[in-house]
Amino acid sequence: MADELINVTLHVWRQRGPNRPGGFETYHAKDITTHMSFLEMLDVVNEDLIEKGTEPIAFDYDCREGICGTCGIVVNGVAHGPQKLTTVCQLHMRQFEDGQEIWLEPWRAQGFPIVKDLIVDRSGFDRIIQAGGYISIRTGSASEANEMPIAKEVADRAMDAAACIGCGACVAACPNASASLFTAAKISHLSLMPQGQAERADRARRMVAQMDAEGFGACTNHGECEAACPKGVSLEWIARMNRELVRAMVKSETPARTRNR
Amino acid sequence: MELRSYEPTGPIEDRWEKHKEASKLVAPANRRKHNIIVVGSGLAGGAAAASLGEMGYNVKCFCYQDSPRRAHSIAAQGGINAAKNYQNDGDSVYRLFYDTVKGGDFRSRESNVYRLAELSLHIIDQAVAQGVPFAREYGGLLANRSFGGAQVSRTFYARGQTGQQLLLGAYQALSRQIEAGTVQMFPRHEMLELIVHDGRARGIVTRCLKTGKVTPHIADMVVLCTGGYSNVFYLSTNAKGCNCTATWRAHRKGAAFANPCYTQIHPTCIPQAGSYQSKLTLMSESLRNDGRVWVPRKKEDVTKRPEDIPEADRFYYLEERYPAFGNLVPRDVASRNALYVANDGLGVGPLVEGERRGVYLDFADAISRLGEQTIRERYGNLFEMYERITGDSPYQTPMRIYPATHYTMGGLWVDYNLEATIPGLFVGGEANFSDHGSNRLGASALMQGLADGYFVLPFTVGNYLGHVRTLPPLTEDHPDVQTAMQSVDTRVHKLMNAPDPKHAPEHFHRELGKIIWKECGMSRNAEGLETALEKIPKLRDQFWREVKVTGSGQDLNQTLERAGRVADFLELGELMCIDALDRKESCGGHFREEHQEKGEALRDDAHFSYVAAWEWTGNPAEPRLHKEPLTFEYVKPTKRSYK
Repeated sequence: MADELINVTLHVWRQRGPNRPGGFETYHAKDITTHMSFLEMLDVVNEDLIEKGTEPIAFDYDCREGICGTCGIVVNGVAHGPQKLTTVCQLHMRQFEDGQEIWLEPWRAQGFPIVKDLIVDRSGFDRIIQAGGYISIRTGSASEANEMPIAKEVADRAMDAAACIGCGACVAACPNASASLFTAAKISHLSLMPQGQAERADRARRMVAQMDAEGFGACTNHGECEAACPKGVSLEWIARMNRELVRAMVKSETPARTRNR
Repeated sequence: MELRSYEPTGPIEDRWEKHKEASKLVAPANRRKHNIIVVGSGLAGGAAAASLGEMGYNVKCFCYQDSPRRAHSIAAQGGINAAKNYQNDGDSVYRLFYDTVKGGDFRSRESNVYRLAELSLHIIDQAVAQGVPFAREYGGLLANRSFGGAQVSRTFYARGQTGQQLLLGAYQALSRQIEAGTVQMFPRHEMLELIVHDGRARGIVTRCLKTGKVTPHIADMVVLCTGGYSNVFYLSTNAKGCNCTATWRAHRKGAAFANPCYTQIHPTCIPQAGSYQSKLTLMSESLRNDGRVWVPRKKEDVTKRPEDIPEADRFYYLEERYPAFGNLVPRDVASRNALYVANDGLGVGPLVEGERRGVYLDFADAISRLGEQTIRERYGNLFEMYERITGDSPYQTPMRIYPATHYTMGGLWVDYNLEATIPGLFVGGEANFSDHGSNRLGASALMQGLADGYFVLPFTVGNYLGHVRTLPPLTEDHPDVQTAMQSVDTRVHKLMNAPDPKHAPEHFHRELGKIIWKECGMSRNAEGLETALEKIPKLRDQFWREVKVTGSGQDLNQTLERAGRVADFLELGELMCIDALDRKESCGGHFREEHQEKGEALRDDAHFSYVAAWEWTGNPAEPRLHKEPLTFEYVKPTKRSYK
């Protein structure tokens, strides 16, 4: 628990708005205790900037406990920074050394246009879910929950896939800026559960089509997504998604629905 | 202002059914003619927007986050209660009702609580049908655990991410409606004003957080599901963005604010490590099932390594003081006792602003009894999270924990229909005051949010619209809309142009948090509350004089967003202290030092068995108190003793 103070130099991507030119600016973060989280370090830098009358660094955050998926910064070339299985809000300064230079960039992907500084627009993810990432069940019409036993192993595997927080690190880490891991995790979660069978084929087709329409790249099995994922969502789901897609194409010729009322 | 609860009468188990039968309906073909605004997209808001859209209403849903999937309901770890009695341990709707009324220390409305217990059954069915991957037994049936001292196992869970999975279920249902075109979603939009026309809530004014554009949205009614106000303490387990602005703006327009002093301090959070700290992280209460809470018996041991303190010198204060419940005493009791041992100088951990605020939560016994593997299976993700934040491994050394504000039972006053004192304004989830009395039981927040969102609001909203049928048309050029727009513009301008700008909004927020935590936190007294009531208005004046907001209002400006929220907390904080001062008794999360018996809370049912609903008068120092008396026909008030 020893409290240590360090100084670090930050090179931060600053961009005033979408389609505006951007570039790195340098800031010195001094007397940073190693117990601070990375975002708390940025808070301290920002508060100082505000008091000096400079516009602070815009970055997304909310829960600061690694579950809401709002935050995301590429730190020294790595989405969410150097610590495995950790969102940048849970990254702590004890991972850095005194005098270190740290480069901060936004998620960079065609599917994630920059809003300001380190903030990007991830609404493409929402549209992928809207394209079928659900089970159509009318409120109030569900049957008794224990009527359908689900093997523990199946529920556990579905939970592994459902653990995705939708932060977009997988896209940022992928050389192709592919959203395959995100899309595959939801397709897998729902296709594993017996409740998800009725819409299984249609879901896979429509979600993959939406993913492509958003301008995310294709998966070429680099595995960077899994390495960057703060929740350890596995690459095997992408293989599963591809199988689901093939299965959907073989299984049914009905065209994908456009609207689901 | 008149408080009418519209609570049904008769046998409690029939009340909700009876109420539904007597309610008006809107025919399917007429529903699309009604426009409904839902603010907030957490469990209550997301579920309500999805369900109302599915019924055929025209819904607009707003959230400040970049996606509705990120509302703070997502952070709930432990689980959700439901009276399914799957464990055959004697649970029932009545028992859940009884436990909730008693746990709320007899400060909630019986009819509401009974309905909540009834609806708990449907929530689990709904969530399972949506594909929520709840934990299962080897036979394939749903698993349960006992939670927060309950004597039955009624808590359903999805690892340590129950809130996340339930929220994603609601989010996915909402996404289905967005695709279907029944719900229009407005992420990164913040409600900054309520539009009231002809005595009814008819819309909101929002600021787009990306562009700064201020827009009016007119509708037939407004539903607020905007969460609680724990961030008035600055440090809390809430997300950084959680705020009281939507409810406070509605309060200023005539919605009574009920029981603001009822706040819940959660006993198991990671202690503050320094003054720069931005938030506190909760560790699930389930940890208390296997962890033992202790501090050193001797002051001189507080700086020693815990493993160097012999067994005889360890003070297992919960086990000693409450032999029947031990480490599983309710949240408020556990929290207050941590405060007392810390006040006695027995706290452990680093010095933060001159005090050691921490106690040990020790798993050594559980590890030797059950093996490290079992403990890893039960709490692995929590132990990892703890290690990531503190750098210490709970497998090797005891965790350090300390209470932190976690949930607010107070909120906008609502009747049985969840309608506020402004007709046409409905409030669901943590934003209302309704079901938890003065203390919420563990795993009940998810239950209430979803009960309100899926099952109560879709029904009571229809009843309201069935009664009003067609409302007079309201257009954007109407003075009521223009005034609301103007007040947003004026406020933004004022925040951006303080006369003597010196400090970032956080500076004032931290100062407010210190005052509220000290004087209106776990333990309160008249003297302290009066001090707070002197300090808060001064701080508020200083804020409006010296707040410094850089950049412009026509752009993404996080400093401006925070400044607006802090300004509202500075008014709400004062109301909290006024309410706490006025309630001269101890109940649930509200502990007044003057009202205790040997350290135990002393309720005063003869004088305080009521809901305190405060009306805005234009002067924050002089709100008007209205009382809704509480009667208990089924669960007779008893002393809440865990000795």
